[in-house]
Amino acid sequence: MNFDLTEERQMLQDTLRRFLAGAEGDLWPQLAELGVIGALFSEAQGGFGGAGFDLSVVFEELGRADVEVPLIDNALLPGLLLAAAGESVEALIDGSERLAFAHNEQAARYDYNWVETRFENGKLTGEKSVIVGADSADSFIISARHAGTPEAEQGIGLYRVDKAATGLTLRAYDLIQGGRGADITLENTPATLLMEDAYGAITAAMAAATLAVSAETLGSMQTAVEMTAEYLGTRKQFGRPIGTFQALRHRLVDMMVELEQARSAVILGAGNLDAAPNERDFVLSATKNIIGRVGRLVTEESIQMHGGIGMTQEYALGRFAKRITMADHRFGDTDHHLEQFIALGVGV
Amino acid sequence: MDLSYSEKDEAFRAEVRAFLAEKLPKELSEKVRLSQDLEKSDMEFWHAQLNARGWLAANWPKSFGGAEWSAVERNIFEEECAMADAPRIVPFGLSMLAPVLQKFGSKAQQDHWLPRILNGDDWWCQGYSEPGAGSDLASLKTRAVLEGDHYIVNGQKTWTTLGQHANMIFCLVRTDTTAKAQEGISFLLIDMNTPGIEVRPITLIDGGAEVNEVWFTDVKVPVENLVGEENKGWTYAKYLLTHERTNIAGVGSSRAGLAAVKRIAKKVQARGRPLIENPHFAARMAQVEIDLMAMATTNLRIVSKAAAGQAPGVESSLLKIKGTQIRQEITDLARRAVGPHAMPFASDALDASNTPLPDPYDAGEVAGPYFNNRKLAIFGGSNEIQREIYSKHMMRGAK
Repeated sequence: MNFDLTEERQMLQDTLRRFLAGAEGDLWPQLAELGVIGALFSEAQGGFGGAGFDLSVVFEELGRADVEVPLIDNALLPGLLLAAAGESVEALIDGSERLAFAHNEQAARYDYNWVETRFENGKLTGEKSVIVGADSADSFIISARHAGTPEAEQGIGLYRVDKAATGLTLRAYDLIQGGRGADITLENTPATLLMEDAYGAITAAMAAATLAVSAETLGSMQTAVEMTAEYLGTRKQFGRPIGTFQALRHRLVDMMVELEQARSAVILGAGNLDAAPNERDFVLSATKNIIGRVGRLVTEESIQMHGGIGMTQEYALGRFAKRITMADHRFGDTDHHLEQFIALGVGV
Repeated sequence: MDLSYSEKDEAFRAEVRAFLAEKLPKELSEKVRLSQDLEKSDMEFWHAQLNARGWLAANWPKSFGGAEWSAVERNIFEEECAMADAPRIVPFGLSMLAPVLQKFGSKAQQDHWLPRILNGDDWWCQGYSEPGAGSDLASLKTRAVLEGDHYIVNGQKTWTTLGQHANMIFCLVRTDTTAKAQEGISFLLIDMNTPGIEVRPITLIDGGAEVNEVWFTDVKVPVENLVGEENKGWTYAKYLLTHERTNIAGVGSSRAGLAAVKRIAKKVQARGRPLIENPHFAARMAQVEIDLMAMATTNLRIVSKAAAGQAPGVESSLLKIKGTQIRQEITDLARRAVGPHAMPFASDALDASNTPLPDPYDAGEVAGPYFNNRKLAIFGGSNEIQREIYSKHMMRGAK
C-alpha cells in the first residue's frame, strides 16, 4: 500500500492551490488553460487523468479555496455522458463549450431511475428541477423516458437540447451556497438522441460526481477546521485565547478526528470509482454518508466556536459552512446513502 | 402531581385561540410561516393588538399594568401564538428593559418609560455586546464620562438586533476604568437620535439584516438617563439576562416548527411515497418529538417554580441548552425534508414582496433559517457560558 499522491497529481495539486489562492476574473478559461478540466477525463476520453484520485485532488482544492465554480455541473457530468455516448469531449476540455446535465425531477428526490419527462416523436415534454449550472451552460444534455414506468431503469434516454430550443423555459435563481441553479420546463422541445439506454451511463457519471462533491466538501471542511483552530488561538476573552479553554479545544480535536475519517472515506471512494457498479456505488454511499455526517458537525461546531462573527456574510467561514451543508443536498443526502449502503450491502 | 390542565386553563386556551383567529391577519401569519422578513409596521401592529387586549405584558406585575400570568398561562399563550404563526413579540423594551426599570429604576423613569413601552411609543434595542466583549461581557470598553449634567459616551456596540428600527437603546457603559471589570459598569438609556450615533447593518449568512453595529462618538446623554446607581450596572445587566432567558426554551416555536416539518414531509415524494413514511426520516422526526415532549415538561417544571412576574434562576441555563438544541434540530429536519429544494435562494427572498422562488412543498425558506438559527446557541449568553454558569452552581461546594 501507498497513500502518497503520484508526482503528477502532486504537481496538479500544487499548481491548482497556488492558482486558486490568487485567482481573479472568469476562472473557467483559466482552469481549462491549466489543464484542470482535462484532468477530469481519461486519455481514451481525450483528457489526461480521469481516475478517482485525479478527481479527488482537483475537487478537494476547489473546496479548500473560497471560490465557486460549477466544474462538476458544466464539465464533469456532461463530459462523462458525452464520452459514454461516443461523442468528443474536446470542446469541454479546452473550455470553449459548457454543458449541463438536466436530470433531476421533483418527484425523483435523490433517485436516478425516477424520470417522468417523456421523449416522443423527436420531442421532449416534462420538468427538470434544481439543475445546478444550467444558467452558465451553452446547451443541455437532458434525460427523458421513451419507455416504461417512471421508476423503471430501462427506457431512459439522453438527448442534446439547444438552450434556445422552442418550448424550453429556464427559470434561474441563486443558490444559497453560491452559484446558480434553474428549473427547466420542456414542452414539445426538439431534441437530438445521444444515447438510447442510458441508466448505466447516468449512474456511472453520478458516481464520479458524488466523489467530486465529497472531495470538494472535504476541502471546505479542512478550511473550516483550520479557520476555527486559528480563531481559537487568537480570539481573547476573559484575558486569554479562548483555545486555552479545555471545553473548546477538545471539541476542536473531535472535529479533527471526524475530518480524518472523512478524508479516508474520500480516499476509499476514489480508489473504487472504477470498480464494478454495485461495489463502486456501495463504497461511494459510505463516502457520501460520512461526508454528510461530518459536514454537519463541522458546519455547526465551527460556527458555534466562532460565535457571532461566524454567522456574518463578510467573514469567509459562513460561505464554507453553506457549501458544506448544501453538499448534503446534492447526489443523495446522508440518509439516502445510508439506505443505498444497506440495500447494496446485501449484494456485495 | 397533576399533569392535566385545569378547566380554567382550557378556557384560557380557548380564549387565546379565539383572539388569534380574530386578530391575526392571514397575510401576517403567512409571512411568519414562510420565514419571510417582517416589516417594522408588522411588528408594531401585533404589539398594538396584544396591548389593546391587555396581553402584551404577560410578565409584568399588575401594579405596572401587566397581566401577571402564571407559568402555565404564559406557556399556553406562547404555544398557541407559535402554532398560529403569530409574529414574535419584540422583547427588548417589554421583557428586557422593563423588568430592570421596575426593580431598579426611579419612580420618574418608571412613570415615563413603562407606559411608552406598552404603547409602542419607543422601539428599544440592546447595547450589550462589543467586538471585544462577547461571552466576556464584563470586559466591555464603551466609555461614559460625566461632564456637568451629561455623560459623554464613546465606543462601539455590536449584534444590536433590530437596531435599525430603534429610537432608544439601553447600554452598558464603563464609568470607572480603575475598578474591577464588573464594578465600573453603568446602565444608560440613550436616545438613538442624539448626534454622534451611527447604525451600520451587518448582513448574516442567510442574507438577512437583523443585526447592526452601533457607533458612539461624543454622544451626550442626560444624567437622568442613568438607571440606578453609577457603577452598579453589572447587577442590573445580569438581572436583565435572567429575564431574557425567560422564554428561552422556545417550546411553542419548536412545536410549530415540528408541525411544519410534518406538513412538508407529507408533501415531499420519495420513491413514490410521502417522505413521512420513510423509516429514516420518520425516526429522525420521532426522536425530536420525544425530546420535545420531555422538554415541554421540564420547561413547565422549572418555570412554575418561579413566582408570577419573576424569572427562573440558574435552571434557565438548562432550558436554554436543551431548548436551543431541539429548535436547531428541527431546522435541520426541515432542510433535509425538502431535498435539492433547499438550495434555491434569493438574497432578497426574505422580502415578501419579491417574486417567489419555486416552492413545491409550500415550505418557504428552510436553508436560511437553518443557518440563521445557529444564533440561538450563541446569543443571550452562549451555550458554553450557560454550562459555565450551571457548573459553577453545581460545584459551588468544591474547593
